[in-house]
Amino acid sequence: MKKAYFGQYGGKYVPETLIPALEELEEAHEKYSKDPDFIDEYQGLLKDYCGRPTPLYFAERFTEYLNGPKIYLKREDLNHTGAHKINNALGQVLLAKKMNKKRIIAETGAGQHGVATATAAARFGLECVVYMGAEDIERQALNVYKMKMLGAKVVPVYSGSQTLKEAINEAIRDWVTNVENTHYVIGSVVGPHPYPKIVRDFQRVIGDESKNQILEKEGRLPDYIVACVGGGSNAMGIFYPFIEDKDVELIGVEAAGKGLETGQHAASLTAGKIGVLHGSKSYVLQDEDGQIQLAYSISAGLDYPGVGPEHSYLHDEKRAQYVSITDEEALQGFELLTKLEGIIPAFESSHAIAYAMKIAPSLDKDKIMLINLSGRGDKDVDSYRKLGREVIE
Amino acid sequence: MSKISEAFKNKKALITYVTAGDPSLEATKEIILELNKDGVDIIEVGIPFSDPLADGPIIQKASQKALKNGITLKKIFEALNEIKEDVTCPLVLMGYYNSILNYGIDNFITDAVNTSISGVIIPDLPFDEEEEFYAKIKENGIDPILLVAPNTSEERLKEISKVCSGFLYCVSIMGVTGDSQAPMEHLKEYSQRVRKYIDIPLAIGFGIDSPTKAKNIIEYFDGIIVGSALIKIIDENSDDKAKLLKEIKSFTKTLKVW
Repeated sequence: MKKAYFGQYGGKYVPETLIPALEELEEAHEKYSKDPDFIDEYQGLLKDYCGRPTPLYFAERFTEYLNGPKIYLKREDLNHTGAHKINNALGQVLLAKKMNKKRIIAETGAGQHGVATATAAARFGLECVVYMGAEDIERQALNVYKMKMLGAKVVPVYSGSQTLKEAINEAIRDWVTNVENTHYVIGSVVGPHPYPKIVRDFQRVIGDESKNQILEKEGRLPDYIVACVGGGSNAMGIFYPFIEDKDVELIGVEAAGKGLETGQHAASLTAGKIGVLHGSKSYVLQDEDGQIQLAYSISAGLDYPGVGPEHSYLHDEKRAQYVSITDEEALQGFELLTKLEGIIPAFESSHAIAYAMKIAPSLDKDKIMLINLSGRGDKDVDSYRKLGREVIE
Repeated sequence: MSKISEAFKNKKALITYVTAGDPSLEATKEIILELNKDGVDIIEVGIPFSDPLADGPIIQKASQKALKNGITLKKIFEALNEIKEDVTCPLVLMGYYNSILNYGIDNFITDAVNTSISGVIIPDLPFDEEEEFYAKIKENGIDPILLVAPNTSEERLKEISKVCSGFLYCVSIMGVTGDSQAPMEHLKEYSQRVRKYIDIPLAIGFGIDSPTKAKNIIEYFDGIIVGSALIKIIDENSDDKAKLLKEIKSFTKTLKVW
């Protein structure tokens, strides 16, 4: 397999101007991922700044209600800034600091990656600019406010879908222009090589911890691991350490939005085809002429027409299965977990919760299911309130 | 000698870019014929793409307009086929890799050959990605025109020299198309550095928007590439075709500063 690829997926499909930066980044990543001082500093930040390890929580009432396997939640929502995104943001900003980059740029959909990057940049005293689709700015006003408080400049992007896809385009254009002093913190396992590997390596802590924790609690590995997939960083993070454990079923849940048949969804693996977007080859939502289609999901963090190349590889190899959940089903997951466990999940994570609700009742009770609760739902409460759904008494 | 190499024979070349389908495919055909008549040496025809990473706001907007007009790669080939007998200068297709991948590489090459396309430029396909693609178009008599940037390493320049033919597209700045504010002082040294490794004609593009700028840099290069500045003229005159063609004529005339 070529170094920049996962099977036929990945690569560096970028303007020549960016090649030196990608080579520099690859070199830095290879060097520092083996450097004990770097590892110590990063682990220290994860422990004392992020609050890791995050707990693996047995969701007793949720399990009882579904009457299926024992369900554990990996509590990434308990991270500093409220989601798994901080694992990657801190790692990359630390790497940028080592590479003497003075300026950090990022893109964000739901705002969690933007907040995490702005936080990490503040922590290291670096200038930070975050690109965000104008529609997402509307949907995620609280996170925009937080980013500004943290000293980041939030740049609205008005072109195209005014969501994550366009925010990435703008961030890449900024990077092409300022590549010599700027590091682009990509927020998911997408983009040109080496990003998918770097982000995965910073997120694998989720899976590494989960493995230890489940062995400690149950004395064995889980039967199912369920995680939501937009770009796919939380899923890749929890899947990766289990890939060789063939008995563990890995399930990625994409956003079916208003329904796959409506065309308004973000299910790249379920309904896309192979293409090149944002510097790598992977499954992509595109029309007959190869124009990238606008994705749709109630969850801004999943609203992306591509997916990380390693997921495409796992999909083709049938090592992971990819399914999809509609907005409505995700909202039911959001409501049920809140009511039964007192945990408000992010809309993104609610997709994984909803898929568990779908399959758990038909699965054996002696099985173990682990759901990656990738983030907390505070950011989505206002959007939920505006939906005017009847609060379940 | 390829048609593109001939365009540089004993002279400097003026290369212009237009986005196919902006403001309409009919207009694009007329614009190409006008540019050909006005003495442009090579015409780049842009395949509009939804996510053009190397382009600035002017070409982005032109692409979006073309896509709204329902432009597809198939329609572009059809349009170029209709005018190929009347265009004497080489035509080069410039587009993003997903358009070609989606069209099918073999289909693309067949249609490019049938449409008398002389070269292909793909800003997001570096030479070492899908190497077989560039080899294949070369086998079919189409020049793979690659891009280099001011920060391209000497190692890569050596490798690029083995793949590229026709001319080398030297990106003038660290940035995207249409950025005319960026400094140009480094261009002499840049051209000298590139020439150490690459012995085909060098054309300079990105941000070249006026005769004055062309005059200042042409001595270091074998050609200049003008894109966004022309698209701007097309945009400003899209309602009046006669005026549009007249403006294009007078603009291109001023650009031939040699």
